[in-house]
Amino acid sequence: MRRLPWWLILAAAGTYAFLYVPLIVVVAYSFNNSRLNAEWVGFTLDWYRLLFQDEEMLRAARNSLFIALVSSGVATVLGTMAGLAMHRWRFRWLPLLVVTPVAMPEILLGVSLLVFFIQVLHLTLGMLSVVLAHITFSIGFVAIVVRARLAGMDESVFEAARDLGASPWQTFRLVTLPLILPAVVAGFLMAFTLSIDDFVITFFTAGVGVSTLPLQIYSMIKIAVTPEVNAVSTLLMLLTLVLVLAASRLDKGLMRAGR
Amino acid sequence: MSLLEIRDVTRRFGAFEAVKEVSFGVEGGEFFTLLGPSGCGKTTLLRMIAGFDLPNAGRILLDGRDLADTPAELRPIHTVFQSFALFPHLTVAENVAFPLRMARVPDDELKRRLGEALDMVHLADLADHYPHELSGGQKQRVALARGLINRPRLLLLDEPLGALDLKLREEMQLELIKLQREVGITFIFVTHSQPEALALSHRIAVMRDGRVEQLDEPSRIYGFPVNRFVADFIGNCNLLEAEVRAADEGGLRLAVAGLGEVRAPPDGVSKQGDKGLLALRPEQVGVAGEADPAWGNRFPGTVEDFLYIGDVTTYQVRLDNGFRLQALLPNAAAGRARFFDPGDRVTVGWSGAAGHYVRET
Repeated sequence: MRRLPWWLILAAAGTYAFLYVPLIVVVAYSFNNSRLNAEWVGFTLDWYRLLFQDEEMLRAARNSLFIALVSSGVATVLGTMAGLAMHRWRFRWLPLLVVTPVAMPEILLGVSLLVFFIQVLHLTLGMLSVVLAHITFSIGFVAIVVRARLAGMDESVFEAARDLGASPWQTFRLVTLPLILPAVVAGFLMAFTLSIDDFVITFFTAGVGVSTLPLQIYSMIKIAVTPEVNAVSTLLMLLTLVLVLAASRLDKGLMRAGR
Repeated sequence: MSLLEIRDVTRRFGAFEAVKEVSFGVEGGEFFTLLGPSGCGKTTLLRMIAGFDLPNAGRILLDGRDLADTPAELRPIHTVFQSFALFPHLTVAENVAFPLRMARVPDDELKRRLGEALDMVHLADLADHYPHELSGGQKQRVALARGLINRPRLLLLDEPLGALDLKLREEMQLELIKLQREVGITFIFVTHSQPEALALSHRIAVMRDGRVEQLDEPSRIYGFPVNRFVADFIGNCNLLEAEVRAADEGGLRLAVAGLGEVRAPPDGVSKQGDKGLLALRPEQVGVAGEADPAWGNRFPGTVEDFLYIGDVTTYQVRLDNGFRLQALLPNAAAGRARFFDPGDRVTVGWSGAAGHYVRET
């Protein structure tokens, strides 16, 4: 095997360092026995203990989980339907309609949702508005994943089901859904990750009553980056990592089943 | 009354007419084949019979009942797809039992019939396997068992042997014939492979450009093609432009451009002055060093080339007037690879009772 030139190795190492050192620092300081993010003093779990006693933080975490579950659940159903529709009817404008919110700058989506909720729907900002907003930006992601799954599949399987006596609903339940299930679950996990991490759109649509983890972290660092923030960030990072890994696992499994 | 009747069926895609006013009937118990090159409309026709597509005009009747308002899942017609279309997430047994489950067949009866179906295609040992664990031939059998298990009135087969290699294809052909005879279900088979059609079918409809060119038994399609397309498409054929000089009970006397007079069997309809083709199968043409007295038609020529195939050798002979003829000689004698070399002077000929005159109007 040929050895890579030193500068390529250096470039790769530099890139990864740039990507991961900040994360590692946060994780490390969350275990640091010092109020200051300055020097390493010693190992402690105090900040995590503190975190789990912080009522405000726990409420924010509950809100985040609730919002993520509901919004990604609804987005998965709607996104799957959109993915199926995009696959079946090849209207050129349909993918555009579904995917545009994905490509839209978040700040734009946040502002327009805010205006829409207040000016058009006369909605009081709160849990409902945040959930609606999260559904809005998640649908596209689910739809894309589901459509990608369908694109690689033998179309005659669905015709075979009809041919052998299955009604359209039976065909969906017994053939289509089991075959796209890995993509549906992957889409759900993606939507969940996006929802639990979202700051910008949540910031615009939450109003004063509701706080989520990202909003809570933001309000805390306005004062100072405390080790507690490091701790909650570490937990959030861990959750996201697990979900992303699970989603990519499923995506691979789904290729195997598609043969 | 035919089991299935196709009446003046037309299917258009935009300005393109895939199927043009096709009419024919399929009898119960028949092995019926739609044969034609790709794009001839055979698959479109099959999809309309299955219920995946609807004709723009004309009617499709099963047992005299119009199928127009019956969706695919309610038609007693099942399909074996070219890609087999097995459900990848279900086992062999679950795949085969699928039609019975859809028909809400009770459990004990389902089990019994599933067992019979799996035995029929020799798959009982693989019942718990998934499709991706099967070979091409096994997948094919699963698809067949699944199509037959609920005893449809009609089984449609869309180039089901196309995905198999040659050896396996021949095995499956024999198995298909046997299976069809055993179950007695009417098969409509779609293929572009003419040897397959000839080998399997009771009757063949040869299609081109959305129309049926000829519908007949295999031996008549091969022996008595109705036009240039059918003669050329089915098997190898020497086609000689010919004009009828005289016709009587004894046979036809044809004027073939460049060859002179050629005798052909009578067809009962052609008369003096008709223009057409003499279709001559390579196996009807003989090659010899000396003219065989049994030949009513003989011409001198030179061997140009030959193809040794094993059981037979095909010779390309250029006649002295420039005409090229194909002749097929069996290699029945042991150890004998061929009889003539390129450049050999030979006489080619055929009996006055051989060949078939195709009228072209």
